[in-house]
Amino acid sequence: MKLDIVSANRLTDGRVVYLTRDGGWSESIIDGRTAATEEESSTLLADAERAVAAGIIVSPYLVSMADDGGTFTPLHFRERIRLFGPKTDRATGHPVGRVA
Amino acid sequence: MYRYDEFDHAFVHQRVAQFRDQVARRLTGELSEDDFKPLRLMNGLYLQLHAYMLRVAIPYGTLSSRQMRRLAYIARHYDKGFGHITTRQNIQYNWIQLTQAPDLLAELAEVEMHAIQTSGNCIRNVTADHFAGAAADEIEDPRVWCEIIRQWSTLHPEFSLLPRKFKIAVSGAATDRAALRVHDIGLQLCRNDGGEVGFEVMVGGGQGRTPMLAKTIREFLPKAELLSYLESILRVYNQLGRRDNIYKARVKILVHEIGTEKLAEMVEAEWRQVREGFTELPQDEVARIGRYFARPPFDPAAGSDTGLDAARHADSAFDRWLEQNVDAHKQSGYAIATISLKPEGGVPGDIDAEQMEAVADLAEHFSFDELRATHQQNLVLPHVRKRDLYALWQGLKAHGLATANRGLIGDIIACPGMDYCSLATARSIPVAQAISTRFQDLARQKDIGDLRLNISGCINACGHHHVGHIGILGLEKKGVENYQITLGGRADGRAAIGAIVGPAFSADDIVAAVERVVDTYLDLRQTGEPFVDAYARLGREPFKERLYAAH
Repeated sequence: MKLDIVSANRLTDGRVVYLTRDGGWSESIIDGRTAATEEESSTLLADAERAVAAGIIVSPYLVSMADDGGTFTPLHFRERIRLFGPKTDRATGHPVGRVA
Repeated sequence: MYRYDEFDHAFVHQRVAQFRDQVARRLTGELSEDDFKPLRLMNGLYLQLHAYMLRVAIPYGTLSSRQMRRLAYIARHYDKGFGHITTRQNIQYNWIQLTQAPDLLAELAEVEMHAIQTSGNCIRNVTADHFAGAAADEIEDPRVWCEIIRQWSTLHPEFSLLPRKFKIAVSGAATDRAALRVHDIGLQLCRNDGGEVGFEVMVGGGQGRTPMLAKTIREFLPKAELLSYLESILRVYNQLGRRDNIYKARVKILVHEIGTEKLAEMVEAEWRQVREGFTELPQDEVARIGRYFARPPFDPAAGSDTGLDAARHADSAFDRWLEQNVDAHKQSGYAIATISLKPEGGVPGDIDAEQMEAVADLAEHFSFDELRATHQQNLVLPHVRKRDLYALWQGLKAHGLATANRGLIGDIIACPGMDYCSLATARSIPVAQAISTRFQDLARQKDIGDLRLNISGCINACGHHHVGHIGILGLEKKGVENYQITLGGRADGRAAIGAIVGPAFSADDIVAAVERVVDTYLDLRQTGEPFVDAYARLGREPFKERLYAAH
């Protein structure tokens, strides 16, 4: 099964955010509102464009999510990097998150 | 080192005020993103994968301890505590907030720095030999001319909207350390038969998806004519450079399409007109700028210093660093020290705030308050008294900055790749870290010898993979990262574009593939033959055979 969510960068600090179920924007993908059909995806994007006009976010787009053993994760490795961050955490020197 | 005059101060502070107003208007919605994007890019502020990235110009790679301390302060207060030295002698911060960017730029302006013309289709920050003013093989310090070009090109109204970005590099030494042949314009200071110093002018080099080497269009240009000649090149390019296709807009494509001879003719014709009305460079102004790059007050007695040999014998680690990271200086008793930003398993070019401050202190104590950023993503203390080298090395070691691998396989050039860059098609940093770890044994690196390994995370080639002795290009294929190897590239005076050796490797296989290339070289090299020379002698086939035999 494949689902879409909307991701963007927050205007004020550029951080990666996801459109949430309550119409807000969160840095946590867990809060993300999903779309299972093309029509629902279009609605998500339309909502995101309103947030662009309101000066909340920039450059929204759909991110395809795939079922990864019961949890949904971004299908494309680029989106997994955006979700988890750069591979090396400068503070600890250790990889953060699962990006590959 | 050059100090801002009143004009410099005025325009930099004016630009900060303008940008502050633009950011405020963006945040209130008065400016849309489409309106705002070109404005922020004019100030070096990109929107990358995870956040805004600010690229700060370090003119011709030269900076003072005071400036380095300010960069450290910015890293700590506006970023996550580190910065990244780029392949164009600049520094980038990866986690900048738009709301704080105007304050950050004001902090930079206080120490005579900015981010202007680090983006966009304009003449970018001019780069130079990172040993300028210190190299034993130097004809003249190129930074005087870099500064003159900087003043001429900054906010130049005619060249602010070129078909594409435009990069100029200048070298004054016999050894090309500035990668002149892969710049839009490369300027090599040289002497003519009469002993007069001028420039060899090369045009049309570049990397990206269509790598090309610059062609010499003038063997000798008198120094006084530099700006009128540059203006003529830029005018021809501005008029004829393609604006219909971003991939064909660089001057290298123009040179390729019309030919070197034709371009030279057009530039010369333009120059005949331009120079007539061109204001000659005021000699007193050239002399004024030149004084900022005067030789530091070296101690003439330094040549008879003793003690260095004893330290070498007593400490083998210091001896290795000295042999690998220290170069001859034009002044007797002094040396040039390269600070490798490539620790084992580290991120090439990254430096944290504490390290920046340590380097600033060491430059103040040991290098006349001066340091350099290199396009190979390292730092340089250009004027170190030889008797101070051991104390310097100890200071560097205490901060994890004494890796003795300059020019070896561990001294990897790598762009930020998809860990940060929104244009990237694959990650560069983890590959660099894995290769660095695989070849962590410095004795092994030393045995392999001079080997430049460059990694780019996309075809834009910010990691200079085309001119790496071993180049790695990260690409995406069907949603998976894979890595193409090129061999035989070089960026020095015998510049060459590397050749693709065969099909790409997966992320899991790329490190072993590099090791097979290196092992092939070790098996086939002649005594004392560096990798790139062995490749030139052997060609691609023996490497290809070994690389794909196991596939």
